Amino acid sequence: MASYRTPLGRARGLGAAHHGASHWLAERVSAIALVPLVLWAIFGVLRLATLDYQGAVLWVSSPLNAVLLVLLTATAYWHMHAGMRVIVEDYIHKTLTKAVLLMLNLSVSVLVGVLAIFSILKVALGGAL
Amino acid sequence: MVQLALPKNSRVQKGRHHPAPAGATKVKTFKVYRYDPETSENPRWDTYDVDVDACGPMVLDVLIHIKNTMDPTLAFRRSCREGVCGSCAMNVGGRNTLACTHGHTETPGADCQISPLPSMPVLKDLIPDLSHFYAQYASIEPWLHTTSPEPQGEWLQSPEDREKIDGLYECILCACCTTSCPSYWWNGEKYLGPATLLHAYRWLIDSRDEATGDRLDALEDPFKLYRCHTIMNCAQVCPKGLNPAKAIAEVKKMLADRIV
Repeated sequence: MASYRTPLGRARGLGAAHHGASHWLAERVSAIALVPLVLWAIFGVLRLATLDYQGAVLWVSSPLNAVLLVLLTATAYWHMHAGMRVIVEDYIHKTLTKAVLLMLNLSVSVLVGVLAIFSILKVALGGAL
Repeated sequence: MVQLALPKNSRVQKGRHHPAPAGATKVKTFKVYRYDPETSENPRWDTYDVDVDACGPMVLDVLIHIKNTMDPTLAFRRSCREGVCGSCAMNVGGRNTLACTHGHTETPGADCQISPLPSMPVLKDLIPDLSHFYAQYASIEPWLHTTSPEPQGEWLQSPEDREKIDGLYECILCACCTTSCPSYWWNGEKYLGPATLLHAYRWLIDSRDEATGDRLDALEDPFKLYRCHTIMNCAQVCPKGLNPAKAIAEVKKMLADRIV
């Protein structure tokens, strides 16, 4: 069927969503935050490899290590969710498929992220000894 | 999902072969995309053995030579033949460029493949339908917006402020950049593309314009602007040597400036 819509009407489409700047900024801020956090994590993993179970639990229980682990996990999962979202928006154009994949991305990121944070807290607060 | 294969009626088939005329001194083969909307046939690759000693050095010279002496049915756009009008933008050897400023020897390999700008509907042979591209350009209202009373003479601008639109005003809207952008291929319906965004920045940075905020409002959108993932094809192919990716990055910085 021929469309009689004018090219300008088609180009304007639904107009601007008036958001995106804060999402773009948050992507960059989280990426920058992940640089020192990941470097610290590499150091942490090397340290943990030299410790036994007891020592590892003690390492995680130290306030600084526990907080940094939680921050690393939260930032990494947020960043992963944001990146996956952009990929879905880029390539998936069917409304239903897109909605399902975006919700799947959100639920998996939140579920796995919260599970990881809960586990860190459990070890840090003495639940694993 | 993204369509990876062309639909059946768009698959390009082997076309006709046009041999070199008798007495040709230096023959080079040009493989040209042909499509005729008047027939129900699929597009095809026609090959032309051109005597390059008999025509000029540019791809456009070759195409004009083919049309004049070998095959008058070949359709392509051209006008200024010196890189000013942007009419003869096409894909030469896998790279978008202006046929009039691109020498056929610049493309490596014995053969030279010529096809229309990618991702746009083809009207005929090397002529793409650019209506959506032009409408997207029109949608950013590419003219001076002011509310202050008109001055007696012209709107004044310091030489320093004038310099800010260098590297932007030179764009001739040939669409080489926009049609080389993978983000535009997938989301061209909503994403404005590098050429339009470069012009949007040209008006954002113009010291005489009074609608900067409104212009930013109209651009702040996950699709219209933020589909740019700095792939940089735009800067690589621009026949005028401009950098649309940098202009887009400046727009993103202006939007970030509004919130922090």
